[in-house]
Amino acid sequence: MTISLPALLSQLLLGLVNGSFYAILSLGLAVIFGLLNVINFAHGALFMLGAVLTWMAMEYLGINYWVMLIAAPILIGLFGVVIERLLLRWIYKLDHLYGLLLTLGLTLLIEGVFRSVYGVSGLPYDAPDALSSATDLGFMVLPNYRAWVVVASLVVCLATWYVIEKTRLGAYLRAGTENPRLVEAFGVNVPLMITLTYAFGAALAGFAGVLAAPVIQVSPLMGQNLIIVVFAVVVIGGMGSIMGAILTGLGLGVIEGFTKVFYPEASSTVVFVIMVIVLLIRPAGLFGKEK
Amino acid sequence: MNMKKISTVVYALLLVALIAAPFFGAYPVFVMKLMCFALFAAAFNLLLGFTGLLSFGHAAFLGGSAYVAGHAIKVWGLTPELGLIAGTLTGALLGWLFGVLAIRRQGIYFAMITLALAQMMFFVALQAKFTGGEDGLQGVPRGKLFGVVDLSNDLTMYYVALLIVVAAFLLIVRTIHSPFGQVLKGIKENEPRALSLGYDVSRFKLLAFVISAALSGLAGSLKTLVLGFATLSDVHWTASGQVILMTLVGGLGTLSGPIVGSAVVVLLENKIGELGNFLARITTIDWFNTLGESVTMVTGLIFVICVLAFRKGIMGEIIAFIDRRKGRGPGSSH
Repeated sequence: MTISLPALLSQLLLGLVNGSFYAILSLGLAVIFGLLNVINFAHGALFMLGAVLTWMAMEYLGINYWVMLIAAPILIGLFGVVIERLLLRWIYKLDHLYGLLLTLGLTLLIEGVFRSVYGVSGLPYDAPDALSSATDLGFMVLPNYRAWVVVASLVVCLATWYVIEKTRLGAYLRAGTENPRLVEAFGVNVPLMITLTYAFGAALAGFAGVLAAPVIQVSPLMGQNLIIVVFAVVVIGGMGSIMGAILTGLGLGVIEGFTKVFYPEASSTVVFVIMVIVLLIRPAGLFGKEK
Repeated sequence: MNMKKISTVVYALLLVALIAAPFFGAYPVFVMKLMCFALFAAAFNLLLGFTGLLSFGHAAFLGGSAYVAGHAIKVWGLTPELGLIAGTLTGALLGWLFGVLAIRRQGIYFAMITLALAQMMFFVALQAKFTGGEDGLQGVPRGKLFGVVDLSNDLTMYYVALLIVVAAFLLIVRTIHSPFGQVLKGIKENEPRALSLGYDVSRFKLLAFVISAALSGLAGSLKTLVLGFATLSDVHWTASGQVILMTLVGGLGTLSGPIVGSAVVVLLENKIGELGNFLARITTIDWFNTLGESVTMVTGLIFVICVLAFRKGIMGEIIAFIDRRKGRGPGSSH
């Protein structure tokens, strides 16, 4: 079987695009889990909200992509504040599983609302004019929008990594993850920090959703298949390391892209197969610490 | 009368009601579907309620077994009882595979791993030839039990199904009250302690997982036999979510909870359209008429309410209420 280089490179790029979404989403999950001890099943729904809001803004108000790239994450971050203050706040003292179940219910609720309005078919959204063309690099034709998604995601991921690992704010966050009561005793407003962390994770998911609107079909169900893959990504990478989450996400996206070229039948299962292998060889995950 | 006597009487009444149901206008196929889901939820509760393991992948056992049993009966021409056994064994085997992998991680990771594995099963079922892909496996004949008893008659099928479900339920009760079940309870309450007392916690968890998966497989195979088809919706992750909801609504860690919970959830999903029309009539809000198309929304809402305000579930609240009336402390369940 012969595969042309341009076809291979284009799948590689597509893999990187998906990998960028895995990276942003698993990053958000890890940050939220670190401080809240809640696995946010609603992450997929928030991602979907980002894309659907972008579509709605264009459809009903004529607001363009670039405005929504800023506005949608802010709106979804605010929605995150509401979710945390209204719902999540009550269950921190309970077993982990209730956090998963609560956010699962929230997911069904949000998706159900949008399903009853828009159905399950895709809502078309075009890439913004500035990025809709492609660049000929000689050895391949590079679709500008896809390149933009990868670059924008990498910038956001690395900025997040920098803030958490290298700044004072990040130090508070890391300390809060280790021992929230001690940090509170030092006069840091931990409940506020928790709210902002959830809002930030939600905003990240919303941002990924906006980026996804022109490349993945916008539909009320677009988040639910993605979130399960992201769970597998999180199991593979372990939630202990920010950089680990980013690298695992991108890497798995690329592997998935290559699988589409060499053995397309397995492209939807390859991430889960890798998860099984990692569990057998290194149960704590690639970047995880055995506790 | 003490608690045990009351519950024995209630179960006896329920059994009599189920035996008599077809003669009082209940549609046998619908009641059989209810019984299959009740068994599914009871098997699931054995794991979540009595061992403390949240599996988010039980759809794989229900759906996987449904396909295998259906295929065995339809294509290989096995008799129904052999088909059910094949389905149950499929559930056990899948449960063993899932369990071996998932038990390597604890807590929330366990749930995520089982969910991911079940999603893998979903894609396998979507692509495999024998499952019929999007169309599902259709036209599975009921055949003759032991080659003698013709099950195509709904009433005959009904009593066979009732017998199977009651037997499986008794097996679950027996498991919970056995020394093995007590160890599971110990693991649920305090895993490090069970470990330090010398129990091989992983093996106990794995065995509980296999039993739960096998019984879920039995429920799935029986459902295929009753309805004559197996579809993708049985392996979809929403089926795993649904069984969690049934158990939660009925009451985690109570014996009767899954029965009540599955009845509530299945009835709600079947009748929600009528409920919506009724609400639209009495409130004159037209929106309620569309409620029938928004089952997921209502399911999600119930989830949120249950987790926030109603964690004991219906039977859990009733048991707590009776305990309070008797002035005993909480904790004496069942």
